[in-house]
Amino acid sequence: MFKCKLLLMTPLLLALAAPACAYAAVEDELRNMREQIQQLEKRQQQAELIAQPAARPSTGEGAFNPAVSLILSGSYGKLEQNPDVPITGFAMSPNNHGYSRSFSLGESELGISANIDPQFRGVATFALSPEGGSSVENAYVQTSALGNGFNLKMGRFFSGLGYLNEVHAHAWDFVDQPLVYRTFWDKQLGEDGVQLKWLAPADTFIELGAELGRGRGYPGTDRQDNNGAGAGTLYLHLGDDIGVSHSWRAGLSVLQTKRVDATSEAFGVSNSFGGDSRTTGLDFVWKFAPNGNSSVTNFKLQGEYFQRTENGDLTYDTTATLPNLPKTDSYRVTQSGWYLQSVYQFMPRWRAGLRYDQLNSGNAEVGTNLINNIPANYDYMPTRTTLMLDYSPSEFSRLRLQLAQDQSRQGLGDNQLFMQYVMSLGAHGGHSF
Amino acid sequence: MRNTLIILNIIFVTTLPLPAQAALNIFACEPEWAALAQELAGDKASIYAATSALQDPHHVEARPSLIAKARRAQLVVCTGAELEAGWLPLILRESANPDIADGKPGHFEAAHYVHMLEVPSRLDRAEGDVHAAGNPHIQLDARNYLPVADALSARMSKLDPDNAAHYDKRLQAFRSSWQAAIQRWEAMAAPLKGQPVLVQHRAYPYLLNWLGMQQLAELEAKPGMEPSAAHLAQVLAHLQKNPARMVIRAAYQDEKPSEWIAQRARLNAVELPFSVGGTAAAQDLYSLFDDTIARLLAGLK
Repeated sequence: MFKCKLLLMTPLLLALAAPACAYAAVEDELRNMREQIQQLEKRQQQAELIAQPAARPSTGEGAFNPAVSLILSGSYGKLEQNPDVPITGFAMSPNNHGYSRSFSLGESELGISANIDPQFRGVATFALSPEGGSSVENAYVQTSALGNGFNLKMGRFFSGLGYLNEVHAHAWDFVDQPLVYRTFWDKQLGEDGVQLKWLAPADTFIELGAELGRGRGYPGTDRQDNNGAGAGTLYLHLGDDIGVSHSWRAGLSVLQTKRVDATSEAFGVSNSFGGDSRTTGLDFVWKFAPNGNSSVTNFKLQGEYFQRTENGDLTYDTTATLPNLPKTDSYRVTQSGWYLQSVYQFMPRWRAGLRYDQLNSGNAEVGTNLINNIPANYDYMPTRTTLMLDYSPSEFSRLRLQLAQDQSRQGLGDNQLFMQYVMSLGAHGGHSF
Repeated sequence: MRNTLIILNIIFVTTLPLPAQAALNIFACEPEWAALAQELAGDKASIYAATSALQDPHHVEARPSLIAKARRAQLVVCTGAELEAGWLPLILRESANPDIADGKPGHFEAAHYVHMLEVPSRLDRAEGDVHAAGNPHIQLDARNYLPVADALSARMSKLDPDNAAHYDKRLQAFRSSWQAAIQRWEAMAAPLKGQPVLVQHRAYPYLLNWLGMQQLAELEAKPGMEPSAAHLAQVLAHLQKNPARMVIRAAYQDEKPSEWIAQRARLNAVELPFSVGGTAAAQDLYSLFDDTIARLLAGLK
C-alpha cells in the first residue's frame, strides 16, 4: 500500500519538482547575467578611465580667441593741497603726481591678446581715460618660436627697464606710483620700437635686454627730423631662489635719449631745453613666503634708484620780446630719486604696505648767461611716506585704503587719503614676479 | 655705458659654453608628476619640480628661477586643465623655449589622459575659480596614474628614442607594482566607504570618488575664495542635521578654517599631504597614498 502510494506520488513529486528545478535554472542564469553585466560595467569604467579623449577643446588663453580682459577701477581722494602744484625742483619734467580729488574713475584698461600663428603672438591694451577717449598703451607683436632664449617684441610696449615700469596700473601695490616714476618717466616709459631679450641657458636667471625706439615718451622727444633711433635702452636682470622660501630679482638699466626743444614752464616763464639725457637705474625685489606658499602669508620688499644727467643748452624765456631777448647757454644737471616699499600679506586676503619716496633735484651747472635767471639749486628734498591696506575677496577683486604724507612740494605738506577699487574680468592674467 | 657693456659681455661669455645634457631635462609643474617622471625615467632624466606640495598650485608666481629652469627643459609635465593658467603661460613665453610650447611634443598635460570630474556646465566667475576642463586635482585617485604613465612613458620615448626600451621596461614594472598597490589601498580604505566629510577647498572629488566617500560641504563659499566667517557659520548649522566624520584640507592650506569648524562640530581636522612631500611620510608616490589613507582612517576615530 505504502509502496503503491509512493509510486503514485512519484509523478506528483516530479510534477511539483519540475517548476522548482526550472526556477533554480532561471535563477542561475540570472546570476550569470548579473555577473556578466557587472563585469561589463567594470570594464566600461576602466575603459572610461583609460580613454584618451582625442579632442578636448583647448582651454587657457586660447579658449576664446582672442583672450579679452577688462580692468575696472575707481577711487576717492581727499587732499589738503591743490593736486596741480608740481613737485619742487623738477621744472623740466612733466612732473604731475597724478593725484585726483573727490570721486574719480580710474583708468579702465581693455586688453586683447592671442597667438597670431605659430611664430607670433599679439597683445594690445587700451587705456580708457575717465574724460573719454582712449590711448594705446601697448600694441605689440612678439615672437614665440625664435628659440635659444631670444624674445623679440615689435610695436608699442612698456620698456623692460627697472622693475615697476612694465607693471600695469591695476597690479600696483599702491594707488599711485613712486614719485621717481612720476618725475623720471612721466608715469611709465613707453616705447615705439623693437625689444630684444636674451635669457642665458643657466640655472640662475640672467636676462639681457636691448631696446631701440622712437624716443616718443619722456625723457625722449617725439620728433620727425630723425631717421635713426631716438632712444636706446640696455638692461640686465638677475634672479634666483634662496631655499624654498626666498626669491629675488635685481636689475641694472641704462637709457640714452635726446631732448629736442623740450619746453617747460617755470615761474611763469617758458623755457626750452635741448641736449642729451642719460638715465641709469638699479632695482631689486625680494619676496618671502613660508615654504614658498604665498597664498596664506607673504612679504615683499622692493626698491629702485634712478639717476639722470641732462646735458645741453637751455633757452630762457622763449617768448621774450624787445627790449629783452631769449637767452641761451649751457645747462647740465644730475638728478636722482628712489623709493623703498614693502607689502605684507598678514592673513589670506589682507595686505598692508609701507612706502618711502625721496627725490634729489641736484645742483645744476648753469652757463654764465643764465646764472641770474635759472636757479642752480632748489635746496629742497621732496619726500613722501605712504601707508596702504588692501583686501582682496578673490584673485580678481581688490579694495584699498591708502594714507600718505606728501612733502614733495616745498611748503605745501599734504595729508592724503585714498580709497580705491580694482577689479578684473575676462581672461586670467598671469602672476608675474 | 662702456662698463655696462663689459659686464654684459662677461656674463654672455661665461654662460654660453654649456656641456651637452645627457639626461632628458624635465620640468614638472607639480611634485606628483616629478615623482611619476622619476619612476618612469629612473636615471635617464634630470627632473626639476617647479612647486612643492606646500604651495598652492593655483597661486604660483612666474619666479625668475622657474623661467631659468624652463629655458633648457626638453619636456614640461603639468596637470593642465587650467590649474597652472596663472603662471605657466608666462613661464613658457619668458623662457623663449619653443620646444615646450603648448601643442609641442615637449609639452605634456596629464589631464588630457584621465576622465575629468566636475566639468562645469556654466562658466561664470560668480561661481568662483572654476575650470572649463573640469576639476584639475586629478592626482588623488591612484587609478589615474596608469593612463598618465602610459602616455608619459610614450612621450619620453618619443623625445629620447635611444632609451625607449628603458622607458618601456620601467613602465611595465611601474604598472604591475602600481596595480598591486591600488588593490592594497582599496582594501585598506574599505572602512572609509560612504563616510561623510567636509572639505576646505574643492580639491578632493577624485579621492572621494575613488574611495566611495561623501562630500557634505565645502568651507570655501566658492572655489578659490578664502572661507568667510559667515559661510563657516552656515556650514556649522548644516552639520547639525547632517553630521560629518572629519574635515580635510591640503598641507598648503591655512589650518584656521578647518580647526575652527572641527572644534565647534567636534570633528577631526585631517591634513592630507595632497602631493609628494606634503607630509613627512609622503616621500614618493606610494607613500603619498599610504599616508593619505592612513590619515583618513585615523580621522574616523
